Amino acid sequence: MNHAEVSRADERNPELASRVADEYRWGFVTDIEQETVPRELNEDIVRLISARKNEPEFMLEWRLRAYRHWLTMREPTWSSVHHPPIDYQAIHYYAAPKTRTQPKDLSEVDPELLRTYEKLGIPLQEREALAGVAVDAVFDSVSVATTFKDKLERLGIIFCSFSEAVQKHPELVRAYLGSVVPYTDNYFATLNSAVFSDGSFVYVPKGVRCPMELSTYFRINARNSGQFERTLIVADEGAYVSYLEGCTAPMRDENQLHAAVVELVALADARIKYSTVQNWYPGDREGRGGIYNFVTKRGDCRGDRAHISWTQVETGSAITWKYPSCILTGNDSVGEFYSVALTNHHQQADTGTKMIHIGRNTRSTIVSKGISAGSGSNAYRGLVKVLPSAANARNHTQCDSLLMSDHCAAHTFPYIEVKNASATVEHEATTSKIGDDQLFYLRSRGLSEEDAVNLIVNGFCKEVFRELPMEFAVEAQKLLAVSLEGAIG
Amino acid sequence: MLEIRNLHVAIGDTPILAGIDLEVKAGEVHAIMGPNGSGKSTLAQVLAGREGYTVTAGSVRYLGQDLLALEPEARARAGVFLAFQYPLEIPGVANVQLLRTALNSVRRARGEPELDAMDFLDAVKAKLALLGMDEGFLYRAVNEGFSGGEKKRNEILQMAVLEPRLAILDETDSGLDIDALKTVAHGVNALKHPQRAVILVTHYQRLLNYIVPDRVHVLAAGRIVRSGDASLALELEDKGYAWLTHDAESQPTPAESRP
Repeated sequence: MNHAEVSRADERNPELASRVADEYRWGFVTDIEQETVPRELNEDIVRLISARKNEPEFMLEWRLRAYRHWLTMREPTWSSVHHPPIDYQAIHYYAAPKTRTQPKDLSEVDPELLRTYEKLGIPLQEREALAGVAVDAVFDSVSVATTFKDKLERLGIIFCSFSEAVQKHPELVRAYLGSVVPYTDNYFATLNSAVFSDGSFVYVPKGVRCPMELSTYFRINARNSGQFERTLIVADEGAYVSYLEGCTAPMRDENQLHAAVVELVALADARIKYSTVQNWYPGDREGRGGIYNFVTKRGDCRGDRAHISWTQVETGSAITWKYPSCILTGNDSVGEFYSVALTNHHQQADTGTKMIHIGRNTRSTIVSKGISAGSGSNAYRGLVKVLPSAANARNHTQCDSLLMSDHCAAHTFPYIEVKNASATVEHEATTSKIGDDQLFYLRSRGLSEEDAVNLIVNGFCKEVFRELPMEFAVEAQKLLAVSLEGAIG
Repeated sequence: MLEIRNLHVAIGDTPILAGIDLEVKAGEVHAIMGPNGSGKSTLAQVLAGREGYTVTAGSVRYLGQDLLALEPEARARAGVFLAFQYPLEIPGVANVQLLRTALNSVRRARGEPELDAMDFLDAVKAKLALLGMDEGFLYRAVNEGFSGGEKKRNEILQMAVLEPRLAILDETDSGLDIDALKTVAHGVNALKHPQRAVILVTHYQRLLNYIVPDRVHVLAAGRIVRSGDASLALELEDKGYAWLTHDAESQPTPAESRP
């Protein structure tokens, strides 16, 4: 197979390209609207993805280097999560397989999912989109999106899909891609580097404060973000941006493995606030199905006085495996991590952060709230590392676990490495079980058991919720309520 | 309003209450006194619907309903309120949030519209003024880091906001200094109403200097061994409990019921 040929054919006529390929060794399955590449992974697939996206040579080279490196790696086994072996050859790496099984209307969608949408107060027309119903235009988010884009462009802010950024701003992509999470970083990040499909790109120029939360229309757009998502956010000197990822609605999604990468770069005096609400399909009550969410998120405070905050509310996925981290390179830079992770039924979460102190007077704060219900298992895993150069570095870690049942589990794995004697590192941890006494107290004031549980849980999570933008915080509370239904016992 | 008939209650196999008969009418204040372990707190908890107690015989009717058949929240919505002896802390939850959630739960059950944040705040501020309490109370986490006196006053605030038909105060006076005691008593007196009944569970007579009961009952070993008017409390103050409880304790003994 001559890949260059496919690439050229692709540029002229994608339909033809796929037809050619169809008859050739990949055996494309092509219908009018969709094509899927066979379930396998090899260099040809990597080349194909790059070709289909019309990527410049440097991108293809980067992907191939990542792929070749990945072949030398082994899937990590150090986390506390358990799952059957993943067959990486049995995954579609191009085109979304979910489109093949799209329901025709809401009557074909899991009623449980619809009930959740209703509880979350998601507008009717959006529910169809979220549930993956095959309709042409259920919700006109395009005009909204365009309005925002114009406003941002006037400030010189670039906010677009990763694919678009590769086409329009290749110099920025080339300068920053892989500069925080190199393609050699870890098994899943390396795989992502080779095969990532799309994602978001943000660049905020010097001294510009982004006037809005970059999120507004993601609820719909996120539907297409795919399985191997890649996000790159660069805040130039003195810039500020707040980015909201994800949505509170559980996405109907048949991709089991999600391996995303997020890179943040904050130059001198820049600030990036990155908030996530993750509510992917957690599997059913017996632990069947559900998403494996293996994410690499890392920010580099590359300049002096840079500031990066991660806030996450993780309630979905069968397995969550992520450690949003900060590399505090610049002097006086600040890293923060605020997390709520909830596991119910048979969900597993192994999450936490890494704070790497390199610059002088660097500060980091970690607040982690783990909630375990049902047979859920929740682990906090965090590393605070102070290098010899990081004079007067300071860290405060607070790590609280709330147990809702007798057969759930909470674990805490704090790792602390300090190589500079002037550093101050503090770690506090608590574990508590939601008390019958507390529940009775609240019920005796007229609250239903469900409301009582929600009130206690929201109180427990307050320090994290107050870091979220207002609307997100409200949605996060509703989401916890839905995720905790029937959790007591 | 409340009719308790031959109520027997056990924890596991251990009997605590051994046949309580008590009738409380709207507008009345009853004091239930007795030594430690007599079953006073058990009675209060059972009326509020606390789990872990087994009613082995007897009945409790409240406004014509079988009270014991109701879940704790249903009792609260029907107008039963228990001021806890040991109020619980709910970290991270502001008082105002609990008060509003509770009031709206009760209002929904009564078929009344829920109050929005502004109307609620007006209503709750009026109650604070009535009790002479500071507005800052509203924004502190429920009972977290409260002194003993503050916790008890907070119970009275909740009671004032929820406006129950039947208020049961479980040793609300214990551990209070004289000023806090007066505040609590003032709060209870301010809520007196012909349609409202109050049961004061207390070990000591001193609260009754400030809240004058219509009836006083002495509980010993799970039974009411003496009932009388307010003067009975004064008599107890003089003589202690021994002269009343001697008979009860010489009978086969229901075990101590202290939580």
